[in-house]
Amino acid sequence: MGMTMTQKILAKAAGKEEVRPGELIMANLDLVLGNDITAPVAINEFPKFKKDGVFDKEKIALVPDHFTPNKDIKAAQQAKAMREFAHEHEITNYFEVGQMGIEHALLPEQGLVGAGEVVIGADSHTCTYGAIGAFSTGVGSTDMASGMATGKAWFKVPSALKFNLTGKLNKHVSGKDVILHIIGLIGVDGALYQSMEYTGEGVKNLSIDDRFTIANMAIEAGAKNGIFPVDEITLEYLQEHCPRTPQIFEADGDAEYEATYDIDLSAIKSTVSFPHLPSNTKTIDTVGEVKIDQVVIGSCTNGRISDLRQAAAVLKGKKVAPWVRALIFPATQKIWKQAMSEGLFEIFVDAGCAVSTPTCGPCLGGHMGILAEGERAVSTTNRNFVGRMGHPKSEVYLASPAVAAASAVTGYISDPNAIEEA
Amino acid sequence: MKVVGSTFRYGDNVDTDVIIPARYLNTSNHAELALHCMEDIDATFKDKVQRGDIIVADANFGCGSSREHAPIAIKESGVSCVIARSFARIFYRNSINIGLPILECPEACEDIKAGDRVTVDFATGLITNERSGKSFQSEPFPPFMQELMAQGGLAAYVAQGGLA
Repeated sequence: MGMTMTQKILAKAAGKEEVRPGELIMANLDLVLGNDITAPVAINEFPKFKKDGVFDKEKIALVPDHFTPNKDIKAAQQAKAMREFAHEHEITNYFEVGQMGIEHALLPEQGLVGAGEVVIGADSHTCTYGAIGAFSTGVGSTDMASGMATGKAWFKVPSALKFNLTGKLNKHVSGKDVILHIIGLIGVDGALYQSMEYTGEGVKNLSIDDRFTIANMAIEAGAKNGIFPVDEITLEYLQEHCPRTPQIFEADGDAEYEATYDIDLSAIKSTVSFPHLPSNTKTIDTVGEVKIDQVVIGSCTNGRISDLRQAAAVLKGKKVAPWVRALIFPATQKIWKQAMSEGLFEIFVDAGCAVSTPTCGPCLGGHMGILAEGERAVSTTNRNFVGRMGHPKSEVYLASPAVAAASAVTGYISDPNAIEEA
Repeated sequence: MKVVGSTFRYGDNVDTDVIIPARYLNTSNHAELALHCMEDIDATFKDKVQRGDIIVADANFGCGSSREHAPIAIKESGVSCVIARSFARIFYRNSINIGLPILECPEACEDIKAGDRVTVDFATGLITNERSGKSFQSEPFPPFMQELMAQGGLAAYVAQGGLA
């Protein structure tokens, strides 16, 4: 019996010829990640491991992105604790406000993740790096502390679901619609403990940013990771960003999958997740009349340059509806600068949007866009649980950047195809 | 080791945002986190919960964010264990790592109602409901996880030579 792509990477990391689903392995880690919410808990735990220092000061990334720029005194204390730990242990990859971006956009951009590498992060969306052929998964703070101390983590080798992609996406449809469609299909625990492995001739029709978005939300289906094969698009991205040689793993022809789903990309419509689960999806033609108060475009899911371009294409020459607050969060400083030089900010600001420095802020109801009781947001973020963006009686509708932009213009959840282009 | 407690009963997909809302994550103080445990799904939980009580839920308990603050808040509230039909994987891992016992047992979840007094024997995995008189067998933890939990979580386990 052959191995899946994920199983092959894990076998390599465990120094084994082969691994089997369900097997417990000890894997060597290429990178350990934490942020200003999860790292402070890990830092408290770290001394209990009784190690002299971290396993490798170049293989730890600390990113203050959640409650930064510091939202209140307590958050400032937490950011300070992480900063001091980074200085004490001479952590190379600590990114201060001004250099930092949203971690899952920042790390690949900085070349800290390469194909075939194994990454754990104390943030559930660490699964994002499967887009570039890495095995990466979210863990908690104690695992992060353990990873920092030992450079190792135990894993249960996951079984897999196969997603066979064909065709090409239609205009205004993007990676977000693909992953919301898939989560609607299999449910929020449809891939529990498993890896979601993408394959098929449709993969080449997905940009690297689409792939980041799709891999990012594997966790919303309960998966351990989501992963794409390494192709020319991946190699081009890695060549630009990552100095290390890509380690390319391919699934065996006889690899075993628990289930195979055939996904025709050309048949996917713009998709919206209604409150309060990402799996509660409707296609844009069936959403009905939903009046909104806020639009958020950004996050580790959809804050990359192509996301901002898609939003700008819809917003160009338009005005945000008078009752809507539209907030744009480029995910990193590099993306911010690129969006500025491409003239996207002019489009956003002329339309009446507010453009922010990178932060996870509103996605998790932290700061920079909290909802009041009864308010509704269309958001390009990844979760719409009760109270996720603010008041427990507020509502979040998950959508693509194009749908979010169209909704900002009309003030109702809207199809971008219905907005006349300037 | 055995625990006995009164149960709090919840449904499917209890996510970490309702277990401990992100607005309270500006601290990692355990006692402070416990003050807001389950706040957005059960506002009276923190006033009613007694040491030893048990949370019983349906499928995919603990889905969403990787915040370890969720099992920390539950443990700090005095909850002795969580029984569910299934758990989200990061929550499962985090609970073991901090020494919060969690058991998967769909049959027990079928039987247990809010307020039932339930006994759990961690050594055998046996769950007994006083009201119905029924007992249910859950999978006991594999030996290395039992040892990890007996030593008080992952940190102590590693300090004593685990993961070497």
